[in-house]
Amino acid sequence: MLANTETNSALLRVEELVLHYRTRAGTVQAVDGVSFSLDKGQTLAILGESGCGKSSLGRGLLRLLPRNVKTYSGSIFIGDLDTMTLGDRRYRRDVRWRRLALVPQAALNTLNPVLKVGYQVAEPLLVHRQVKKKSEALEKVRHLFNLLGLSTDFLNRYAFELSGGMRQRVAIAMALISDPDVVVLDEPTSALDLLTQANIMNVLKRIKKDMGMTFVFITHDVGTASELADVVAVMYAGEMVELAPAENFYTDPLHPYSERLMASVPTLREEKELQFIPGQPPSLINPPGGCRFAARCHKRLSQCTEKEPPMTIVDKGSRVKCWLYQ
Amino acid sequence: MRNGVLLSVRDLHTWFEMRRWGFFHVGYVRAVDGVSFDLRRGECLAIVGESGCGKSTLIRTILALETPTKGEVVFENRLVSGIEPKHIKWYRSQVGYVQQDPFAALPPFMTIRQILDEPLRINGIPSKREREWRIKQALTEMKLTPVEDFLHKFPHMLSGGQQQRVVLARARILNPKLLIADEPVSMLDASVRVEVLQLLRRTQEELNLAAIYVTHDLSTVRHFSERIFVMYGAQVIEQATTNELLENPSHPYTRSLLDAIAEPDAENARQMRVVPAGDPPSLLRPPPGCRFFERCPNAMKGLCENEAPPDFVLSRFHRVKCWLYQDEKVLPVEETEEKEIS
Repeated sequence: MLANTETNSALLRVEELVLHYRTRAGTVQAVDGVSFSLDKGQTLAILGESGCGKSSLGRGLLRLLPRNVKTYSGSIFIGDLDTMTLGDRRYRRDVRWRRLALVPQAALNTLNPVLKVGYQVAEPLLVHRQVKKKSEALEKVRHLFNLLGLSTDFLNRYAFELSGGMRQRVAIAMALISDPDVVVLDEPTSALDLLTQANIMNVLKRIKKDMGMTFVFITHDVGTASELADVVAVMYAGEMVELAPAENFYTDPLHPYSERLMASVPTLREEKELQFIPGQPPSLINPPGGCRFAARCHKRLSQCTEKEPPMTIVDKGSRVKCWLYQ
Repeated sequence: MRNGVLLSVRDLHTWFEMRRWGFFHVGYVRAVDGVSFDLRRGECLAIVGESGCGKSTLIRTILALETPTKGEVVFENRLVSGIEPKHIKWYRSQVGYVQQDPFAALPPFMTIRQILDEPLRINGIPSKREREWRIKQALTEMKLTPVEDFLHKFPHMLSGGQQQRVVLARARILNPKLLIADEPVSMLDASVRVEVLQLLRRTQEELNLAAIYVTHDLSTVRHFSERIFVMYGAQVIEQATTNELLENPSHPYTRSLLDAIAEPDAENARQMRVVPAGDPPSLLRPPPGCRFFERCPNAMKGLCENEAPPDFVLSRFHRVKCWLYQDEKVLPVEETEEKEIS
């Protein structure tokens, strides 16, 4: 109910986020000027192929950076709080896991093998002193386990005793335990079997509906993204090339890259000619000037290789970074 | 034997012994438990199943990399299973194998030329010029052009899609009669996946190869294969032509598998999927009855949990291991589909 007062202002707002890495070969421009905003209860799906910077974006949102960061700039607002102005200590105390949480990629392997999963899920509550006693924390974990369809018998088990789907649920429980505002899901189902994957997506849908949780859902799978997405963002070579409401995106993708990406997804029931995108994405060390997709684009114009297209707002709330829509 | 049959798999069982502390016999993991089929020349077969259902062990047994506990694999009327590796060198040159992870499948310290040259030298093509010609031809076929740019490269210098195409070129360079692809595109990005699948399909069609395509992704099968086997708990629980299976899935497991696939559609976000809970059965102690019994929405008490269903025949190519179809004709265990067709 508290949320009602701020329904008009976005819960998460990212402006011009830049994340560059220093490597021996040069500067890798993994995330290059990404902006978006997200309302409470909405899910943003970030779609992209491997190496497009989507995982860097996810980790950048939580300031979980490797050592070789060269540039990390822009602003990330949660409500009215600009998290980029906070120092590392304050960020760790007030933002990470309290307001923004992450379900990391291959969450299956991120559980500590020598801790019981119940304690591991409860740990953030104790570290952040959200509860006073361990028993209180475990009570909350029990409640969360029920919600996620995990048997409470698992509280005293170790990670290796659980199956893949169960471990993934534990990882989701870890992210939800301290009631964050936004949860970043980095490929939460990519290592799982089809049926398990569908089960996890059901769990996420239920959390979204019942708890009004806001998700940033990073995936490479166009089909899975549609399970949860209200808004879809497509990333290509470190940039966001399209940001559109899911209804628009799935019926009529605007950017030539999104169009081709959709055409390359094999579907089960619909008869269609599959297409692939010739060539490969540009190196992020020295990305080409102009549009980064120009070399592979089937609708290339003369100015595409020279000038970088701006993000343009097209009708129905879609935004696209392409000269075709100027 | 029978005409046109290239590969024949007879009642194949591959069990792995489990021991505690190295010597106490615990039991067997039944990775493949009674699979039979015939594959004709030029025919393409897809095997679909989740991880741990035994599909990789099945093809490893067919490739003669594992020794079956029971049953046999016959290739062109010659037994290939359970024979010492040095005696079936001829078989290796007849079968091309496309691995799942191209980077792991290519030796990192060999150039593309060396990688493709090796099988030719081992299988006795002495003329250097001919080997060179065949390498170039294979690379051109896989659209790795200009060929000269690739010959001296090492695998890590190529992208994932290009690496997989090198693996494909290597599998095809000896002009095999059978191509076995184990999840050939699961490690690749969506935009290059289609390209590799199309190349695989074209190679298969042009050379009239028989092919076995193993995958967990049902939506790619339709673009590749005419026949599908669905595996669950080490058994083939349903087999049919691709269209038949997609239009009329009969086993409850197949149905839930099809229901679980998320097609790109914004409507998905508004509905929950009906998914059977639970996990596949332990293959160490598989249940005595139907292996899907515990998760099955249509399970019949008293019958399904106790008695293993035989193959019921729904139509000419469609058979299913499920008691729901007990009014249909049962396929006798020894008799196989080939007799019925020919």
